[in-house]
Amino acid sequence: MKFGIIVFPGSNCDHDCYHAVKHVFNKEARYIWHKETSLEGLDCLILPGGFSYGDYLRTGAIARFSPVMSAVAGFAKKGGLVLGICNGFQILTEAGLLPGVLMRNKGLKFICKRAWLKVGNNSTVFSSAYEAGAVVNIPIAHADGNYFADADTMKRLEDENRIIFRYCDKEGNTTPDANPNGSCGNVAAIVNASGNVMGTMPHPERACEDILGRADGRAVFESILRGLAG
Amino acid sequence: MKAKVYVTLKKGVLDPQGRAVMGALKSMDFGEVKDVRIGKFMELEIDAASKDEETARIKEMCERLLANTVIENYRIEVE
Repeated sequence: MKFGIIVFPGSNCDHDCYHAVKHVFNKEARYIWHKETSLEGLDCLILPGGFSYGDYLRTGAIARFSPVMSAVAGFAKKGGLVLGICNGFQILTEAGLLPGVLMRNKGLKFICKRAWLKVGNNSTVFSSAYEAGAVVNIPIAHADGNYFADADTMKRLEDENRIIFRYCDKEGNTTPDANPNGSCGNVAAIVNASGNVMGTMPHPERACEDILGRADGRAVFESILRGLAG
Repeated sequence: MKAKVYVTLKKGVLDPQGRAVMGALKSMDFGEVKDVRIGKFMELEIDAASKDEETARIKEMCERLLANTVIENYRIEVE
């Protein structure tokens, strides 16, 4: 079971992801510089958070043309698991591997805090270790996390049960007040139609150990490991 | 040749920056301002044989990189 963590110029959560995979879950991991084009031998790719290419033009807009991204698209097409976290989520939407777009937060501020999330579909390879409807607490840290998709796309995401996390309050109510950034439908994480690509604004890799406050992000990795173990 | 590209948010897409600037203008006594939308303006210098060719190429640039057509429209002016 081998993880590849893709490093773009400006990625800054790559080490956190590496730490989670390698030291918390004791799985093999290697960094993949964005100029590489071979993803041979890898079972799961992580596109980490950060500010690839300085967020110039739009978040993720330039990174999606990095040489490695064609390989990532091919990997995803063949059913390989791809997890985009924060900037990784933004890159996946720009690359067309996930629908919608992450816009500037409604309140214009960079938000760095722990967010309450309600687990939606728990039958995906990224969420099977969560209980359906569970309320969990995972950090967010972004200026552009305001998920936007047109009404048809939102309906499709709902109908196909592709929303994995929604922002909520402590009791699990997905109200507008509990929405930190203005995201459509309080969306915090989604999967693609075939369920092998997930984008999440919350950072599960920052919540894998009790010493960090809570370990509610562990289940994302546990789900992946369970999925890969078949 | 020179070209200008204007990228603007589609109608109906909330523009928090525009909203904030409008709030500031109103607080500065420019109460007549009814809406502010913020976009991007880009100047390109291009080697091209003809205006048509240049426009077609810039359109492709807009579709693929300069604009995200999920939320943005673009307009091209070729000099």
